[in-house]
Amino acid sequence: MSRRISPVIPGFGLTLGYTLVYLSLLVLIPLGALFLKTTQLSWEQFIAVIGAPRVLAALRLSFGTALLAAVLNGVIGTLLAWVLVRYRFPGRKLIEAMIDLPFALPTAVAGIALAALYAPAGPVGRIATELGFKIAYTPLGITLALTFVTLPFVVRTLQPVLADIPREVEEAASCLGAKPWQVFRHVLLPALLPAWLTGFALAFARGVGEYGSVIFIAGNMPMKTEILPLLIMVKLDQYDYAGATAIGVLMLVVSFLLLLLINLLQRRISTP
Amino acid sequence: MSSLTLTAASSAQAIRRSRTWGRRLLIAGAWLVFALFLLLPLLVVLAEALKQGFGTFFSALLEPDALAALKLTLIAVGISVPLNMLFGVAAAWCVSKYEFRGKSLLVTLIDLPFSVSPVIAGLIYVLMFGAQGWFGPWLREHDIQIVFAVPGIVLATLFVTVPFVARELIPLMQEQGTQEEEAARLLGANGWQMFWHVTLPNIRWGLIYGVVLCTARAMGEFGAVSVVSGHIRGVTNTLPLHVEILYNEYNHVAAFSVASLLLLLALFILLLKQWSERHVNANRGE
Repeated sequence: MSRRISPVIPGFGLTLGYTLVYLSLLVLIPLGALFLKTTQLSWEQFIAVIGAPRVLAALRLSFGTALLAAVLNGVIGTLLAWVLVRYRFPGRKLIEAMIDLPFALPTAVAGIALAALYAPAGPVGRIATELGFKIAYTPLGITLALTFVTLPFVVRTLQPVLADIPREVEEAASCLGAKPWQVFRHVLLPALLPAWLTGFALAFARGVGEYGSVIFIAGNMPMKTEILPLLIMVKLDQYDYAGATAIGVLMLVVSFLLLLLINLLQRRISTP
Repeated sequence: MSSLTLTAASSAQAIRRSRTWGRRLLIAGAWLVFALFLLLPLLVVLAEALKQGFGTFFSALLEPDALAALKLTLIAVGISVPLNMLFGVAAAWCVSKYEFRGKSLLVTLIDLPFSVSPVIAGLIYVLMFGAQGWFGPWLREHDIQIVFAVPGIVLATLFVTVPFVARELIPLMQEQGTQEEEAARLLGANGWQMFWHVTLPNIRWGLIYGVVLCTARAMGEFGAVSVVSGHIRGVTNTLPLHVEILYNEYNHVAAFSVASLLLLLALFILLLKQWSERHVNANRGE
């Protein structure tokens, strides 16, 4: 297994050994236990659990809202990254520092804050009610909560890439008669797309599994506004460990497949 | 000829003017997103917390259950952050200083906890150590409780914060290479001397940055801890779980008071992050 490049530097065995033991005890063996537990169910039982209408509704909701939030972040994140990298304006440093707030803020705090904000009696919720729609306790509220907690991903992956694109390339394109839209489409977009997809994938993966910020604003109605992680909690409260495990495995497998797909797409884009 | 120059000049001016307008529009958009998405939730927390004045605010924070929750949060952070810091340094060391087969797989495994739902992170420890879990009977025989007790909360916090330090250190140490360490060795330093006097000063700010991010997550973890906690007031409640209980009891002012304590901690963490990040970038620029 080992082929050291630098035989002078000690500690290979120690650090690799420690890393492997630590990861195995804390992450790999417990995750293995999850998959092992599902083998206690027969295939038919497993299908019966994950094929239940309530589970399928939660699956659609979780992946749908996470996808929508990731797309929304793709737009907002690109705007923020662009403005922060390219322009100097009053308040830039403040915005730059505060972008990471969703990562620093405990998700439960974000959850109750957003619930208070978007509830029908809340400052934003009231405006929505007057306009004739509801935000809290609907999939829209869940999407907004997920957009909040995953906001930094796209911004932070795009920023270094944007900073590295020389402005001369864009200037050359517009001197040759390209309209701003064409410059964006043909010069910036191809350079940004791999990083954009990375940010998108990170936001999406986080959104699918997110729990704390969502449950307060979701309303948690079975079949309507119940997300998958919450359904695992419900099953656990009913001591249905096999059911909870089956849903957990389903979530891990679907997320893994989607991330794999995004990864393949990314590889195809970056090696034309 | 002169009229041609004039048209060219005026069209260039027109382009520039539309540029400034586009620019202003984009900046306004960024400000709007910032105000609506980041500033507003923050203000709501503070406003709700202070709705009934500072008296109720402080009494919510000084209540015994809140203090017990604060203590438990500090215990979870105090154990999980140093352990994951040690792990992060070891993992970054073997990944960045040597070449071996399976390295990219190892890096993927280090990042794995980021793509696992926190609820699943809690679930796996219930399956291992819960009453019906693999070690359940053995633990009961020896009268050890892990799930629905403090050890479970620490384990769940450890799981969700595994990657933070390693993730910051790996690219930094890969960039720095092995030359300085090799020089130290050739000049007669032993392994520890090399690490203390050469490696550690080089990675110091990256390490602080990783620890800051790790602390933020450990302090605020909700889903994973919620599964293994059992929600026993004053015993297995961390601060975020305490916020949830208060909120669900419609004790909104108290919930937002405790939440605003966490918010202030988060803002402090952002400050620390800015400070360490600036040093990381300055060191890289050297």
